[in-house]
Amino acid sequence: MSDVLLQVENLERHFDGLKAVDGISFTVAPGEVVSIIGPNGSGKTTTLNLVTGTIRAHGGSITLDGVRIDRADSARIAVHGIARTFQNGRVFATLSVADNIEVGLHSTLRAHRPFSRLSNLFLLRWIPLIGELFIAIVGTPASRRERKQIDAAVETEIHRFETRLGPRRDDPAYSLSYANRRRTEIARALALKPRLLVLDEPTAGMNQSETVEVLEQLLELKAEGQAILLVEHKLDLVMTVSDRIIVMDGGRIIAEGRPEDVRRDPAVIEAYLGRRRGLGGGDHA
Amino acid sequence: MLNTLIDGLLRGNVYALGAVGISLVFGVMNVVNFAQFSFFGLGAMLAWFFVAQEGLPFWLALPLVLAICAALGLVINISVVRPLAKFLPLAAMLSTYAVSQILDNVSQIAFGAQFRVFPKVMPTSNLHIGNMRFGTSDVVMLAITAVVMVVMSLFLKFGKIGRAIRATAQDQEAALQMGIPVGQVQHVSFVIASTLGGLAGVFIALYVGVANPTSGLDIGLTAFVAATLGGLGSLVGGVIGGFVLGILEAFGIYFFGDTSREIIIFVILIVVLILRPGGLLGKVPLISTEPLTGTFLGKGRPLRIPRWVWPAAFVVGGIVIPLVANDYVLTTGTQVLIYAVIAAGFTVTAGQSGVLALGQAGPIAIGAYTSALVTMNLHFSFWAALPVAGLSAAIIASVLASPIWGVKGHYISIATLGLGIAIVAIIQLVEPQGIYNIPVPQWFGAVLSTPVAYYLIDFGVLVVTLLVMWRIRRSHLGKVISSVGSDEVAALASGVRGRNYKALAFAISAFFAGVGGSLLAHQYTYIDPTIFTMLMSLLVVTIVIMGGVSLPYGAVVGSIILIGAMELLRFTPELRIIVYGLVLILVVRFRPGGILVRNS
Repeated sequence: MSDVLLQVENLERHFDGLKAVDGISFTVAPGEVVSIIGPNGSGKTTTLNLVTGTIRAHGGSITLDGVRIDRADSARIAVHGIARTFQNGRVFATLSVADNIEVGLHSTLRAHRPFSRLSNLFLLRWIPLIGELFIAIVGTPASRRERKQIDAAVETEIHRFETRLGPRRDDPAYSLSYANRRRTEIARALALKPRLLVLDEPTAGMNQSETVEVLEQLLELKAEGQAILLVEHKLDLVMTVSDRIIVMDGGRIIAEGRPEDVRRDPAVIEAYLGRRRGLGGGDHA
Repeated sequence: MLNTLIDGLLRGNVYALGAVGISLVFGVMNVVNFAQFSFFGLGAMLAWFFVAQEGLPFWLALPLVLAICAALGLVINISVVRPLAKFLPLAAMLSTYAVSQILDNVSQIAFGAQFRVFPKVMPTSNLHIGNMRFGTSDVVMLAITAVVMVVMSLFLKFGKIGRAIRATAQDQEAALQMGIPVGQVQHVSFVIASTLGGLAGVFIALYVGVANPTSGLDIGLTAFVAATLGGLGSLVGGVIGGFVLGILEAFGIYFFGDTSREIIIFVILIVVLILRPGGLLGKVPLISTEPLTGTFLGKGRPLRIPRWVWPAAFVVGGIVIPLVANDYVLTTGTQVLIYAVIAAGFTVTAGQSGVLALGQAGPIAIGAYTSALVTMNLHFSFWAALPVAGLSAAIIASVLASPIWGVKGHYISIATLGLGIAIVAIIQLVEPQGIYNIPVPQWFGAVLSTPVAYYLIDFGVLVVTLLVMWRIRRSHLGKVISSVGSDEVAALASGVRGRNYKALAFAISAFFAGVGGSLLAHQYTYIDPTIFTMLMSLLVVTIVIMGGVSLPYGAVVGSIILIGAMELLRFTPELRIIVYGLVLILVVRFRPGGILVRNS
């Protein structure tokens, strides 16, 4: 395995002339937790949307484990191994918690998705679709075996948030609390067994104790060796969990480094909090 | 050639008026307003009534018609559209569809269904430039439109309410917080739209020379395509779209004949949606907005059905009823069962994949015609023709629908509505006469043409349909299809190709629609294009909404209530449409998940 998992080079994206992301380059190593911070409108979420293929880049390249993905659509990027959560939490409202997670497993399945390699091809995509329909209605021995694996994998992910999601596993997602929706979303993303987990403000709208809970879970994931690209406003959490921090402002990277270095960088302090203010817990002027 | 251009301008004139109204309401309420469509027909009929029946002078009748349309628009908005638009726009759209069906049929009951000749109130062919002939009537119409448009744009630019309309269109919440009475703004917009619709209707009567209560939907749909072409929500776009479409249509008819009209319009709609989904002047947001907390409305938990219900229902439906019921009840029962098959198959599209297709009559018609033709010409047995009908409906409908799966929001419903109309129009073009003497089913030489036999065949097909739908719902595939309907962006991020699964869901539904069509054809033994109407599509939608939009067994309950009860209560067809419409509105309003789903 190379020592670079995600490589972003000269990435650009503009919206009607506004350069939201203006030629940024960074890398994420396997097992590394990298956070992107910066003021509102600095291009953090746009960067995540570009990396996950939700929107198309206007320039530059994105490489995952040596494979160019900047031209791929988000479904293919998910298959390549990037899973994400969204800023405001997008769960499948009508599906239960367990079923939300099962959909997350979709791209890892084999027996339930025959000929899945054709699913992106004109007309030929009907071959895998009809195959999936056949398995849904009739089934094969292989698909029945895989069914057991699906159920086991769903249990594993629910177990991660056992006290919160365990009792709600069969409840439809729209009936969940906001924090539980975010947990469901994270569990769904992890079900994909992603090589890179992309989290867009996972603690937005959560209270302090819920935030601490998420922090603990992120640290657990980090200990398991999960590579994470994180956008987050709560600096305590960012400082604790990150191996490296990227600071963006105006679509550019203005600083990059280990948490303790970034914390003291004068350019960061000025851009992020204004003059003469320290970053969360740093030495105050 | 030049005359075709004039013709196009005059058609475009009508469409422009309609499109501006549709865009206006869409802008301030985010609702596609089908009720507007009916005002075209209503305007024409009212004008006919006042001028031809009551003998009023045209210039007195015109303001009278407009006033009635305006008042009716206000009533509809207050009673139906606004209360629902607050819940979810899709529900409001469905309700406006129901309102439009009600209006058309009330108008049909009041004025009669036949085409009425509209008296010539102004000369239509007295002027010419070179060899281009036109009449005072044409000039007056174009002049009125021009004046209306200028007044409208001045009103929107400088008028107090006009500015409020524009503010509301841009951001309803913000407008509300700035103290703009959004409710009143919406009322005003609705009234303007209705009045414009009525005016367009009068113009249709003037221009075509005949009027008919149900002509509105057709013209309304064309006006909607014009609004889409120009950019839904953009008023200038509506005007441009109207005239462009009118001219394209006129030349299309000039080259391909009048029967191809609906097909031309559908093709234009599809081309616009693919090439420029926001229209000429509109814009499509890059990422659909992320759902915020508290926006999950219209969802609920299905009522828990005790296990003994299933075998009990099977015994009652499959054994008791065939044994005790008389022929009349059994014949009604076959209708109930066939619609239950079609609607149960439709739940995967409407409920799970989230595509509220409004043109299921299309695949039903394909199935019926395929089945009739292969049994008569290729001597297939009924039992072979049944699956063949389903397959051909699935394949043909999927091919025709393939461009629309990338389309978002309301557009997809409209595109499927257009698709249904286009399919029936194509059939009419190819096979304008009905098909007689379709063979009845046989079983080892025994002719199965008694009501009991039909009933049992349909019951068997329904049981198979429900089993298949139940398997799909429980499977991984079923969950994946539901995820696409729930949030397509998140589904994509999970590696689920949303378009593929919408297309598959539609194909499954089209298959069962085709099977249903085949059953209908062999029981009626006669089919023609007039059977596969908008009403049929509306009925399928109403059945699934009533039973619970994603519950296959809900479709059976919906079918029993909407077809069985209506038949046994002996409602006349016109009255039935009105009842369907009312039921649809009431269910959407008070039980948005369906009667078998507890409100959340």
